[in-house]
Amino acid sequence: MTGFVSFFRRLEGPQTVGRGPAFWSLFAVVMMIAVAYPLFSDGYTVGNTVYFFVWVFIALSLCLIWGYGGSLSFGQTAFFGIAGYGYGVLTLNFGSAYGFTLVALVASVAIAAFFAALLGYFMFFGRIAGVFLGIVTLAVTLMLERFMAQTAGPEWHIGSARLNGFNGMSAMPPLTIPWPGEPIVLFADVGLYYFVLGLLVFVYLALRILMNSSFGNVIVAIRENPERAEMLGYDVRKYQLITFVIGAVLAGMSGVLYTAWGQYITPSSMGMTAAALPLIWVAVGGRSDLTSTVVGTLVVLAAFQALTIYGSQYALVFMGVLLVLTVLIAPNGLVLGTMNWLGRLAARITQRAG
Amino acid sequence: MDIATHVFSALYQFGDAFAFLVLSACGLAVIFGMMGVINLAHGEFIMCGAYVTAATAHAGLPLPLGILAGTVVSALVGVLVELAVIRHLYDRPLDTIVATWGLSLIATQGTLIMVGSTMAGVGTPFGSFQVGDYSYSIYRIVLFCAALGVLAGLYALFNWTRFGVLARATIQVPHMAAALGVDTRLIYSLTFACGAGLAGLAGGLYAPTMTLVPTMGATFIMEAFVTVVIGGADVFLGTAPAGGLLAIVKSGMTSWQGQLFGQIGLLVAVIIVVRVLPKGISGFVLRERT
Repeated sequence: MTGFVSFFRRLEGPQTVGRGPAFWSLFAVVMMIAVAYPLFSDGYTVGNTVYFFVWVFIALSLCLIWGYGGSLSFGQTAFFGIAGYGYGVLTLNFGSAYGFTLVALVASVAIAAFFAALLGYFMFFGRIAGVFLGIVTLAVTLMLERFMAQTAGPEWHIGSARLNGFNGMSAMPPLTIPWPGEPIVLFADVGLYYFVLGLLVFVYLALRILMNSSFGNVIVAIRENPERAEMLGYDVRKYQLITFVIGAVLAGMSGVLYTAWGQYITPSSMGMTAAALPLIWVAVGGRSDLTSTVVGTLVVLAAFQALTIYGSQYALVFMGVLLVLTVLIAPNGLVLGTMNWLGRLAARITQRAG
Repeated sequence: MDIATHVFSALYQFGDAFAFLVLSACGLAVIFGMMGVINLAHGEFIMCGAYVTAATAHAGLPLPLGILAGTVVSALVGVLVELAVIRHLYDRPLDTIVATWGLSLIATQGTLIMVGSTMAGVGTPFGSFQVGDYSYSIYRIVLFCAALGVLAGLYALFNWTRFGVLARATIQVPHMAAALGVDTRLIYSLTFACGAGLAGLAGGLYAPTMTLVPTMGATFIMEAFVTVVIGGADVFLGTAPAGGLLAIVKSGMTSWQGQLFGQIGLLVAVIIVVRVLPKGISGFVLRERT
């Protein structure tokens, strides 16, 4: 029992909104609804929900780097693409037998992390910060898109996997879990739903623990004042690099899951628009809090999809307006603002009752 | 082919790359150098200039007037954007990136909806001339001269005019300039308009050489950003030498391995230069001087 309580204590802290029995019982209710959800819904809707979940990882990575770390990075989309292409190349070459897709998942994410470590070394140890970091990462992302878009010819292949230029790669196998007897193939419906949901909850809780640990506090200290953090004896560059790599891992997970979900990946998933969307979700949700990011991402994604269905080409204009207005009016994010307001309201009510 | 034609070809390619880098970057550099604001909608201002130029040229105006119109319209749009958005974000530089990105999304998609997915271009004027076995476009030489002209014009503007003096005072110590009676808000507005106008000029100048699509801004911004990152905050000590350095890398890599590798070369050059000189070339030069 004490172990259980101390586990909960590590999930709470100054860096995350939401604490106490009220929050965690709400969390449990949401979890139960999420687990029961496929029972009440059809395969297509569940698959679509998985699509939303897939994007939450890249949103969390941006939340970590930008919201907590204070360095605005457009590179998440590049890591998304690298891992997505990595999964495609690996599975098209080696197939999906013996649970290889899971190995490919880990390997692709590792490739993205390696790339992030390389890029991050040059950036953080070169002391690039602020707007320059944004520009360098953006340049890398756009470069990667242009590079992948011109790989149309048959000479561009890795093993037996053609890169296919602007059309991208397709027909890679979905994630498969090896099982005695029949391997479980996670197609983009209920099977993949539970897999991604489990992964999402794990990542969310792990990030809560990480951000409320001393590591997370140092990251926030660096965001607030890098010089002061340095004077206190922390190697700012090392902490920033580690955060950047963790962020790349999350973005890479998004990329692999996206590729496995739709069984295709194209260079435009690393383009300007693709890089802008996670920024919008995170900014609108509330970049400096994990829960707000998750909620904001899901809400904005659902709204965006509805808009694309009914308003077709005006959806992106609306997203742009939403982003500008959020930055101007509610710089901390709409969801976080609402949650803070609810928290104050609850505190006032309990005070009055007590 | 003898040595002279080789040399000419290399110089021509260098000049072309230099003009592209400097013209696309100087608007961004003015805004960044003066106000520390990175304008991610820079590419869309370029697009605006190009579209207005093409539209006026179709309406029958001569091309130079069309380019002028593109410049002026972009500058006016710049004033509007500054008043509506940028003005409120001066103390939050990271948020200006995000907000201008939102603007860029709106502008790209809005143009796509209103004008359509492409616009009829303008023919490249002046024709071409022959050196050795290759023919070269005269317009590219005009662009190179325009780039030098823009640099000279900016130098004159910031050093010899009252606006330039007030603007430089405002960058150095904003509150002191305000205390001495300078309307710093007006200066910021004008500077932003100047940067937007320069972007429009770049768009207008390149309109005859490109296909006009709503996403054409993206062709420019990578080069523009890269030049500004390497150059640092000062237009003359930074953007011009950075343009020169990157033009060597770009034209060399392009003639060796093709256009894509020219761009990859740029990116690698940036990452290396930034690792060695974190404040860009101008930061390095200024530190040496003091």
